[in-house]
Amino acid sequence: MMNVVVLLKQVPDTESLIEINAEASDIQTDNLKWIMNPYDELAVEEGIRIREKMGNGKVTVLSLGPERATAAIRTALAMGADEGVLINDPALEKPDPLTTAKVLAAALKAVPFDLIIAGQRAVDDDSYLVPSAVAEYLGIPMLGMVVRQEITGGKIRCELSLQDGTAVVEADLPALLTTQRGLNQPRYASLPNIMKAKKKPLETKSLAALGLDAAQFGSAALKTRIFSLVFPPKRKVCKMISGKTAEEKAAALVQTLREEAGVL
Amino acid sequence: MSDGILVVTETADKKFRKSTYEVLSEGRRLADQLNTPLSAVVLGIDVLAAADELRHYGADRVLVCDALELADFDSDRFTLILYDIITARQPKIVLFGASIRDKQLSTRLATKLDTGLAMECAGLALEGDNLIATRLMYGSKLIAKVALEGTPQIAALRPNFFPATIAEKAGEIERIDVQLPPTRIRLIEKKPGSAKLDLTEADVVVSGGRGMGGPDFSVLESLAGVLGGVVGATRSAVDEGWRPHADQVGQTGKVVSPKLYVACGISGAIQHIAGMSSSGCIVAVNKDPDAPIFRYADYGIVGNLYEVVPEISREIQKRNETR
Ligand SMILES: Cc1cc2nc3c(=O)[nH]c(=O)nc-3n(C[C@H](O)[C@H](O)[C@H](O)COP(=O)(O)OP(=O)(O)OC[C@H]3O[C@@H](n4cnc5c(N)ncnc54)[C@H](O)[C@@H]3O)c2cc1C
Ligand SMILES: Nc1ncnc2c1ncn2[C@@H]1O[C@H](COP(=O)(O)O)[C@@H](O)[C@H]1O
Repeated sequence: MMNVVVLLKQVPDTESLIEINAEASDIQTDNLKWIMNPYDELAVEEGIRIREKMGNGKVTVLSLGPERATAAIRTALAMGADEGVLINDPALEKPDPLTTAKVLAAALKAVPFDLIIAGQRAVDDDSYLVPSAVAEYLGIPMLGMVVRQEITGGKIRCELSLQDGTAVVEADLPALLTTQRGLNQPRYASLPNIMKAKKKPLETKSLAALGLDAAQFGSAALKTRIFSLVFPPKRKVCKMISGKTAEEKAAALVQTLREEAGVL
Repeated sequence: MSDGILVVTETADKKFRKSTYEVLSEGRRLADQLNTPLSAVVLGIDVLAAADELRHYGADRVLVCDALELADFDSDRFTLILYDIITARQPKIVLFGASIRDKQLSTRLATKLDTGLAMECAGLALEGDNLIATRLMYGSKLIAKVALEGTPQIAALRPNFFPATIAEKAGEIERIDVQLPPTRIRLIEKKPGSAKLDLTEADVVVSGGRGMGGPDFSVLESLAGVLGGVVGATRSAVDEGWRPHADQVGQTGKVVSPKLYVACGISGAIQHIAGMSSSGCIVAVNKDPDAPIFRYADYGIVGNLYEVVPEISREIQKRNETR
């Protein structure tokens, strides 16, 4: 039986207007709409497909976050995942990526898995860090930015993205892979499945329940600390290049790029 | 006692990636401020000749591990070799370029060393002895300043963001013999990409969106050709099957910072902007004068891209020839 665990993070909707809090140390979270990290949708979809193809197995969704993150887990359950686990603890209000990875790895000691699937990055902090760190803590191989995978016996073969092109690699299970666009097209949750998902098991665990000492994960243990947030400088108003014909416009643009912008 | 700054280099076909020179130059700047030596480490096969170049970019010392088994990147082997070098030499700061490969490598090392790492940095500064990293977050909507704890402090620098600067140094070469650790990942086959240049490293990116109307991107290829750049795409263009996924620019694609970004037939959705707003100069060509892309561009042309873009190529070609 194949046990797949999907690591899932809830992030602000990519359309959101992001505001900075009064201390300039975090974003304002009150009026945001929250979604499942887009790369984690690919992870959930791939996990479900693996279970469907094998004809047996279980897909467990694991997330670290506040209470509201249960909504993203429910969405995964509605897509077809079997069980959800949320790790929520007051000490984890603002974890750094390594702390997140440490806690997820500790939680994974209590969940049987053959394969862990994570997103290549979370589009809020864009830290690209949690999956490699989880794999390192668990001592399992990590296959990054996968566009295709196939499991046979106790092995996984993946095509993964390189800076230039792709490579096909193979590793023994258990392993961790991260998703790249092109891996699959995530399904939408149907209304009946959304209803069914409400009855699927979703457990919330504290650090104590994982056998972890909260003091080791709080702010004193952080390795990275955001201490200021600002908006990027505004660009100047766009200069529209005019001309009677396409040729005139093109000539004016090229001249401007050369003389004013200095980029040619 | 930890001392010195260590730069991890990256090669492709026995030549350094552009980002190696950028990272080394930034390392030189920090090393001068801290009055500490700058070392670079090179892992690969037949890289000794290339290693010599690093002294032009400020390396006081170049550590070279040359072995057949290091010809292709292997996350397990590279991690363990670098771990040994770092624990033996105890640098204060370790710098990487934030390539696909080195995102993984830097993370594994930070995890093993239990120390702070900042990914995709857009700026570095020192506060006393401590590294402060500037990072873009939330789809480039915010700039964060991040303090790092632990030793060494590790940063992976966004490609194309830091200038590569010549600084002649001794660049003494030291060969390192390493025990090649076993690896758990077996390479079956490599499939090279079609692009001549990586999107994240290109000085010029010419991107097309749904306004291209079909898979024929030859007008953009021509413009990219005369500008020495590469072609990117929006998610819509990728979803249509017009371009490969690797070409997608945006919040769920590549984040690029070329000197010049030309957006053709692109509306300017926030998720696309997330991937290109840190470009030096942005030009937009769109037939709709109200397209949001003009809010983010420096220069705009309202018009049909199929009429305008070939004229731009021709104009640049003309100037290239008379130069
Ligand atoms: C979670 C999430 C993540 C996403 N991630 C990304 C991402 O990473 N990258 C990304 O790009 N998008 C992303 N998107 C999609 C994004 O929201 C937009 O849908 C997409 O960027 C629009 O692409 P487009 O500009 O090519 O198409 P459109 O919005 O359809 O715009 C086409 C433009 O072309 C112009 N045009 C048409 N014909 C011509 C012509 N002949 N000459 C000149 N102009 C012409 C039109 O006026 C129009 O402005 C994401 C969306 C979501 C929800
Ligand atoms: N809080 C979290 N809970 C569960 N998984 C996470 C969490 N943060 C990150 N991940 C996983 O790690 C991936 C990369 O995130 P990041 O390293 O933050 O960019 C995400 O796509 C998730 O799969």
